[in-house]
Order: sequence, then C-alpha cells, then structure tokens
Amino acid sequence: MQAFSNAGGGDIVLAIAQRIVENRAYLSDIDGLIGDGDHGVNMAKGFWLAAERLRGEPQSLAASLATLGDVLMTEIGGSMGPLYGMMFSGFAEALDGVEEIDAAAFERMLRHGLEEVQSIGDAKVGDKTLIDAFAPALQAFSATAAKGGDFAAALDALIVAAERGRDSTVDLVAKIGRAARLGERSRGVLDPGATSCAIILRSLAEGAKTKLDASTPHTSPHTSSEAQP
Amino acid sequence: MQRFINDPDFVVDDTVRGFVKAHGDLVKLGENPKVVAYAEAPIRGKVGVVTGGGSGHEPAFIGYVGRNMLDAVAVGEIFSSPTAKSFYDAMKIADGGRGVVCLYGNYAGDNMNVKMAVKLAAKDGLEVLTVVANDDVCSAPPSQREKRRGVAGEILMWKCGAAKAALGGSAKEVQAVAQKAIDNSRSIGVGLGPCTLPAVGHPNFSIAAGTMEVGIGHHGEPGARVEPLKTAAEVGRDMAKAVLDDHDLPAGTEVAVLISGLGATPTNELYMLNDAIEDEVRGRGLRIARTYVGNFFTSLEMVGATLTIMALDKELKELLAVAVACPAPL
Repeated sequence: MQAFSNAGGGDIVLAIAQRIVENRAYLSDIDGLIGDGDHGVNMAKGFWLAAERLRGEPQSLAASLATLGDVLMTEIGGSMGPLYGMMFSGFAEALDGVEEIDAAAFERMLRHGLEEVQSIGDAKVGDKTLIDAFAPALQAFSATAAKGGDFAAALDALIVAAERGRDSTVDLVAKIGRAARLGERSRGVLDPGATSCAIILRSLAEGAKTKLDASTPHTSPHTSSEAQP
Repeated sequence: MQRFINDPDFVVDDTVRGFVKAHGDLVKLGENPKVVAYAEAPIRGKVGVVTGGGSGHEPAFIGYVGRNMLDAVAVGEIFSSPTAKSFYDAMKIADGGRGVVCLYGNYAGDNMNVKMAVKLAAKDGLEVLTVVANDDVCSAPPSQREKRRGVAGEILMWKCGAAKAALGGSAKEVQAVAQKAIDNSRSIGVGLGPCTLPAVGHPNFSIAAGTMEVGIGHHGEPGARVEPLKTAAEVGRDMAKAVLDDHDLPAGTEVAVLISGLGATPTNELYMLNDAIEDEVRGRGLRIARTYVGNFFTSLEMVGATLTIMALDKELKELLAVAVACPAPL
C-alpha cells in the first residue's frame, strides 16, 4: 500500500507557500480583470507569513497545515483568508493523529477541507470560485482510487481535474463574491480563486508524490526498521 | 503613480499609526493593531457599537470612532475585509456588559469574517447582534435587496445606532434602529476616474475620458451603465432621480442628504452636485432636514461622488441630532 509519513510531510506546506509567493504578480493580474487586483498580494502575504513561522522547524504535515490555516484566518482577512483558512484547518483536522497518509486518509483530508470551505461560503460548482477547481479535483481523486488506481495515479488525476476545473471558470459568469457584480462582464477570464486553488492542489499533490517516490523502495514504511535485527 | 508611501505592503499599518497619533484624544489602538477603539471604550452599561471594513475609504471606517459614535472598528487591508479575529477583538474591546451590535456592509469577505467573529464571541458568552447595510441601488434590483452592497448609507446607520446606544438603548433596540436607518437609506455612486491599490501599482479598472460610470461601487465595481460625461446639474439630478425612484417616498417626507466625494473630486464640485440634488428632492415635495457635503467615505483617489438619501421619522431625526465627537467631519 502506498503511503507517506505525516511526521515528515511538513515541507510540502513550505513548497505550497513558495508557489503562491512566486505567483503573486500573476494572481493579482488576473484578479485585476474582475476583482480588486490584490488576490496575489494578499495570498502571498499570508503564505509568506506562514512559511516564516514554519521554516527551520521540521513539523508534521498536519501541524504545518494547521499553522498555515491559522495564519490565513488571523492575518489575511478579505474573503480568501477565511476560505483558505478553513480549507487548511480542515485538512489539518482530518490528518490529526494519522501516522501514515495513504490514499484513504488523503481523500478524507480533501473532503473535510471542502466541507469546511462550504460551511462558511455559499459557492457551488459553476459559480466561478475556487470550488470549481476543488470539487472536481476531489471527485477525480476519489474516482481513481475507487477504481483501484494507486495513490500516485489518484494524485495525477487530482492535478488534471483541478486545472481543468480552473480552466472551466473562463466560460463562467461569476455568481458570488466581488466579481459577481460584473454579471456577463465576468465571462472570458479565469477566476483568481480557482487559479490559486489549482496551484495549491498541484503543489500539494506533487509534494505527496515526491514523498511516495521516496518511500517506494520499501513495501511498507515500517519494513526496514522491522527487518533490523 | 505619485503617492506618499513607505512599503506598499504596510500602508494600512502606517495609516493607522498616524491616525492614532493625530486623534489620541478620541481614539486608541487595541492590543490588536488592526483595531481602533474609542479612547474611553468600553463604556460600562452601554451597548457596544462596532463595525469594520477594508481600508482606503478614510475617513471611513476608523474616523467614525468616538463619543456617541462607534466604540471600535476592525481594520482591514486596502479594500479587503478585516480578519475574523480583528472583528472579534473589536467586539471584545467595545463590550461594556450590555452586549455588542456590529453594523457592517454587505460584502462577501465581511459577511464571512463577521459570521466567524460572532461565533468566537458567542464562545466567550458575548452576544453580538448584527445589521448588514445594503443601500447601493445599482448593485442589484429592488427585488434582490439582500444582494446590494453597503456604501455611504453605513455612516447614517452608524450614527443612528451609536446614538441609540449612547441614549441607553438595549442591544435589540440599537439593532432595530440601525436596521431602520439602513432600510430608509438609498445610495448611488458615479465614477469619473479609477483608483490604484498601492501594492498593485496600476489602476484596476478604467473609465474612458469623456465618460462616467453611473452606479459604480466603492471598489470600482462596475456600474449600471457608462454614459458620456454630463454637466454637474445633469449628474446631480440623475443621481437624485435614481435614488428616489428606488424609494417611493410620500410628499412631505423629511430626508437627510449625504453627498460624499470618492477621494479625488474637489469639494466645490460636490456643492455643485448638491445644488441640483436639492432642487430634485424638493421638486418631489420632500423636505430636507439635514445635508452633509464632504469626503465621508472615499475610495483612495477615485474621481467621483456618492449620494445617499435617508428618509427620516421622528426617532431617526432625533438620533441624527445627537452631538458627537469623532475624527471624521460629521
């Protein structure tokens, strides 16, 4: 069974933060087309603050996700602070106490994060929000895992679906948030939230895949230690 | 862009520091530096009245903290809702033991953060009632009033709610009168030029030369229509018509009129608008009890103005007359 250890997974969060900081200008530019043009600025500020808090002290994936969620919720504000704050806090809650993260644990993590986002926001698929990337990504991950695909294949499916979901927002009219006031004029451009969500999900999935690759020489992560005399 | 800025990422912190230095007789900074409170807050035995919102609208929101006005304000980044924690900290600092009422504007971020802050406060045993302002007539049709944005009508809502609290009203009474104030208010904005978020560095929307955007929002949300720029008299009349057509007031009704610049419109132009606005209002048989003209709720350096008209009854008229001391020129 493919799995990676929660304890050694904290650097995945640092990698997500780095990707968001790298995309600061890009995310603000696309937000400028239908929003205030500050999505990248605010996101980068929050993720950078979280990374500063995490750097230097290796922590578990669950603990790092909890720190990120907490920083976004308490420092960022806007609508993205609470939405992504709830998402990452939800991820962290679902992984709390889990030692080995396998496909089932990863799926529970994604599902709980989505539930938490939906508990404070009203967006549904098709409203031109981050949900348009997140919901199909979870669905693709679950479907691939359910069909007997391995963890890595499910992660690949998640990335593809998240980015396809992100791209689907180009043709959508915003139904919620500041862009909703544009009506038809919001059609034709990417949703910034769906775009940042796809970046986050790709980075999260790639991080998990790297961890899986690192643990593939062993049939179980415990094998080597158990085998020692 | 020629602006007075230090680090674009810290313009709000720098603004609030300077604000507190200027108005230390009336306001203080909370332990949370994203909370500005009345110097005497909390006032024992008085309902706490709080709000919060993005920065860049000065003197809103922080300028309305003061005596017989708001007890605390949660401060957000430029055009971005304060965090749930800042709203919660503002509620706590305003709590004089009789409950707290949070009067804020209808924006996705504020709705979420206030909702979370109310939950945090409830865990502490602090009950917080809310009223959400939705006075902007162009942001949704009358049948979808719950979708409308809150704009300068918020000031009149704060004024009436805070006065009710100062006169000893209960939390429920403060909530009810604030709700009445905003239900009785209608606003419209007209934009002539865009604004630039310091951290972004270029305008995030454009208004073509020779045109104006009727119904523009406080963050440049697109208006109902783009028209060729008209004279002050025509624009003033159109603004008054749009607001009054949305609000069927019987002849003889007393109203308060509030005209605010959006940041870069000269004050004399606001008076020119008022010249036409008053004529239109009086032409409909309405009586003007109070007129406010100035920069009350701005949007960085946006060129343009907003008009708010609030229908008054005896109670609202008395509450508007309560004397206040706050940094904003109210």
